[in-house]
Amino acid sequence: MSSKSEAAGPVKKPFGKEHRHVPHHSSKAKRWYPAEDATVKRKTRKSVQPAKVRESLKPGAVLILLAGRFRGKRVILLKHLEQGVLLVTGPFKVNGVPLRRVNARYVIATSLNVGLEGLDTKVIDKVSQKGYFTEGKSKDKKGEEAFFKQGEKPQKKEISSTRTEDQKSVDKTLLATIKKESHLFEYLQSSFSLRNGDRPHEMKW
Amino acid sequence: MAESIDVQSSKWRNVEVGRVVLFVRGKFAGKLAAIVEIIDHKRVLVDGPSKESADQVPRHSAPLSSVSLTAIVLKKLPLAIRRGPLTKVWEKEEVESKWKQTASAKSALRKQTRKNLTDFERFKVVRLRKQARFEVRKAHASIRKSAK
Repeated sequence: MSSKSEAAGPVKKPFGKEHRHVPHHSSKAKRWYPAEDATVKRKTRKSVQPAKVRESLKPGAVLILLAGRFRGKRVILLKHLEQGVLLVTGPFKVNGVPLRRVNARYVIATSLNVGLEGLDTKVIDKVSQKGYFTEGKSKDKKGEEAFFKQGEKPQKKEISSTRTEDQKSVDKTLLATIKKESHLFEYLQSSFSLRNGDRPHEMKW
Repeated sequence: MAESIDVQSSKWRNVEVGRVVLFVRGKFAGKLAAIVEIIDHKRVLVDGPSKESADQVPRHSAPLSSVSLTAIVLKKLPLAIRRGPLTKVWEKEEVESKWKQTASAKSALRKQTRKNLTDFERFKVVRLRKQARFEVRKAHASIRKSAK
């Protein structure tokens, strides 16, 4: 049994005194062609570029969060994580913002920089590892059942003790530096909002 | 009917040769110059011979709509005086230091400094003003109490 692939090539046939190559019928031009052109997928010429960090976003800078649950809060930038994600903290004791990842697009960087001297780099490295924040999160989303059980009290979220410990160790050194400058504590406590006549594009931060 | 009427001339600021003007719009906004000659009812020839080159206004015809008249007048300024002699008069009359003491110059300066405050400084302004207000009201209250 001759295989099809073997037959696909041209076949040598005697032609008078010579030979000639006769192509396989499958490689001959078709007698008809499709009425509609087959679409060819475009090749993407773009690739994922590493996120560029704004120059104003230096570790230790005070940021104003613009989106999410903590919008308006003034927080301290600890570290850049990958792809434009920032690791920030309130500190929690000052304004209730925990160690948290935020999108760099949704913050305003102020010119104020609180020093990060004496910060435990081990803790920061641990926190910035992948999976630190997603660990222990249940993946199944609230379904229909949960909706009908609205009257019942939901289970209280338990915060892992390691998270609170990490928070405390980070906050401790930060609080010491914050208390050195007058009004800084109250500044971080207060939240930002636009007033009448404020033009954010013309303001200096 | 022998009432006497005291006729007084108005105390308006006039467009006159020697009047110091402040540019309020255009590329010379915020700079001072003296009216050297009146061209017509809408335009004047101005010259601003400040010592600082950044504050100088070149001699040119300016529309009166782009300037505001200040209270400062260089008295008896000769018509169409040139740069050199004008500079001498300007310095002798101390136009710029006079201007800096006016309320409008002070408020303009204040506005400028307020505009350049950072977010933290703005917060501190709010806080300190609050503190000052509290002290004033406390003192006021104690005075009122003792006056009763």
